[in-house]
Amino acid sequence: MHPALSRKHIALAGRLGSGPALGPGYFVSCVAGAADAEWITEMTTPTSHKDRVLLLSFTVAVLLMPIWLKAIGAGYPDLLQKFAIYGIFAIGFNILFGLTGYLSFGHAAFLGVGSYTAVWTFKLLSMNALPAIFFGVLAGGLFALVIGFVSLRRSGIYFSILTLAFAQMSYNLAYSVLTPITNGETGLQLARNDPRVLDRLFIEAGPGIPHTTLFGLPMVGYSGFYFCAVILIVCFYIALRITRSPFGMMLKAVKSNQNRLKYAGVNTRPYALTAFVISGSFAGLAGALLAVTDPLAGAERMQWTASGEVVLMTILGGVGTMLGPVLGAAIIKYLENIFSSFNAQTLHAFFGFLPDAIEKPVVAVVGLFVGDGWQLTLGVLFMVLVIFLPGGVMEGVRRLSAWGSRLRAGGQPRKPADKHAVEHSA
Amino acid sequence: MDAVVLQLLNGLDKGGAYALIALGLTLIFGTLGVVNFAHGALFMLGAFCAVTMQKLLTLSARVKDTSVTFFDSYTDVPYLKMWFGDVGLKIIDYAVPLSILLAIPVMLLLGIVMERSLIRHFYRRPHADQILVTFGLAIVLQEIIKAVFGANPIPTPAPDIVAGSANVGAWLGLGANVVYPWWRLVYFGFSALVIAAVFAFLQLTTFGMVVRAGMRDRETVGLLGINIERRFTIVFGIAVVVAGVAGAMYTPILPPDYHMGMDFLVLSFVVVVVGGMGSLPGAVAAGFLLGILQSFASMNEVKSLLPGIDQIVIYLVAVLVLLLLPRGLFGRKGVMEE
Repeated sequence: MHPALSRKHIALAGRLGSGPALGPGYFVSCVAGAADAEWITEMTTPTSHKDRVLLLSFTVAVLLMPIWLKAIGAGYPDLLQKFAIYGIFAIGFNILFGLTGYLSFGHAAFLGVGSYTAVWTFKLLSMNALPAIFFGVLAGGLFALVIGFVSLRRSGIYFSILTLAFAQMSYNLAYSVLTPITNGETGLQLARNDPRVLDRLFIEAGPGIPHTTLFGLPMVGYSGFYFCAVILIVCFYIALRITRSPFGMMLKAVKSNQNRLKYAGVNTRPYALTAFVISGSFAGLAGALLAVTDPLAGAERMQWTASGEVVLMTILGGVGTMLGPVLGAAIIKYLENIFSSFNAQTLHAFFGFLPDAIEKPVVAVVGLFVGDGWQLTLGVLFMVLVIFLPGGVMEGVRRLSAWGSRLRAGGQPRKPADKHAVEHSA
Repeated sequence: MDAVVLQLLNGLDKGGAYALIALGLTLIFGTLGVVNFAHGALFMLGAFCAVTMQKLLTLSARVKDTSVTFFDSYTDVPYLKMWFGDVGLKIIDYAVPLSILLAIPVMLLLGIVMERSLIRHFYRRPHADQILVTFGLAIVLQEIIKAVFGANPIPTPAPDIVAGSANVGAWLGLGANVVYPWWRLVYFGFSALVIAAVFAFLQLTTFGMVVRAGMRDRETVGLLGINIERRFTIVFGIAVVVAGVAGAMYTPILPPDYHMGMDFLVLSFVVVVVGGMGSLPGAVAAGFLLGILQSFASMNEVKSLLPGIDQIVIYLVAVLVLLLLPRGLFGRKGVMEE
């Protein structure tokens, strides 16, 4: 879309809503109007100085993860790969949920499709990571196009239910009729006698199952992590550009008030669908990367709990923020790694300093939340977060820094406009 | 013809469960405007009320078996049998129907506590937040059940008297091969009864009238000096009870496990969407309709024609309905259309 056109539309949409005739919507429209103005200033500088700093520090932080995450015991490649891959998944989810406000509960389906496609590419074409990623993204995007075309006919809760229904449908099909493609409960695996047409052109089939590579570079350990990390940084950059672009502004406008956009003569569905497809491609990419680092695909990746997890990652970090989703993904995967490694023995060692009478019940209660009970922690975290901090970690950081600067300014009363802005961004 | 009647019957019990859950979802949505993603988990909790009842009734004492004389042998004898003899055994046999007596107070209390402590704070929050918090609650509930009862399905048999099959074919003059498990017929009758009771409650009592008025225009009812919030809390409790008893009675058909709720939740939401958001008759009609459709799709003849159709037929219908009749079959104008 032409940038000037979008600016006009959004300004128009802002003006339309600013009349008092809209009653209860008036307050909302004022806030949205203020936000509109902010977007327009952002738009005049597509990649501002601030964004360049953000991108640079993100790049440095991600690439140095093996070093600085050692401090919290997360500096090993398998976990770091997960951070990067689920970071990509959450960034993609945030493009849909954070920008347009459409809450999809079926994103795991795209992740699963990406994984299956990648493993099939390994089986049929080549063990090289690039074709697998290409086809994974393509499959995720195409699948999202089909599902989005239908689901986006409704908004709000209908949309959430439709996406959830489609994801459950894919999950059920993967377990039943599609078993020839998905290999059912066992999961899709590589086999020794796979054709691998492209590889056969260059090399003879060796004994055993070959490993995934990037032109000879093995996709396990640190090289695997750096491959994922580079893709994560590229995805972050793409998401940043999308957010700052006129298209991204349209998506935010869809979130603030779709009706006003419609009054202004904008058909919002193509925008939402594009966001959905982009988001689905990111999920497909994440799924493909999961297969690259570990060439196995199972239907449980498509289950509703997996869809819920990415929602949680995004809101834990901060919906609609740039860094939030990546942060949320890393936190969840880190906690999962720690919590599920605990067992009764480690707990007894941990609480050993307590007297016996207290220790037993404490271990029993804490034991519910760790090990197999990690999902319970996830659920509690989910609730606590939505109830107390809907803006996620980024919101917490913002509140802390606002509090800090108020302290420095000598305890001035908080401006009321401040609170509104917070509510809007939440 | 026989096969058609049989599938029709097969759909009724599943349809009954869908209808009961969808009815509760619609009640909650219509009164409080809250989307309750934890409703499937409540259905599951109801099912575990039946399991608990069974466990309670079969609490046993370890008694020395006197018929074995070579060595010391012990058997578990339920207290009920020791105290009441055959009557006690009869009571154990009726664990599932009796569990309703447990499920009603437990679920009512749970519903009211849940509404007052959690849902109340989400009236004015966006639907996305409501979905997320109830989704989190669903995970918590099902993980607690998993921690307490384990991950495996727990068989809870129906009373012996209805263990066999009813010769429905003979009643309808269709031939002897149309037989149908008694308990499923009981479940269908039970769900019809509960649905009728809910409708009667809403239509025939003063309380129900006020609730219906509140669903139409909550503000005006509030201005008339009626504490509509308290009534809505009770309606929430009733919806939770309906889900709970639906789950408790369903246990002989499907041995309950901790994740049964989510399967039913997704399908029940589809039922609500097909019936039309906010329409109680729509929820009931669509529940039975989809239950029956699903059982027809699982006929071998249909499956050989369209493989996999039994897994996806409900979703396909939902998609078709949403594309052709966006408001659902019975949807009212102006509900969830912003």
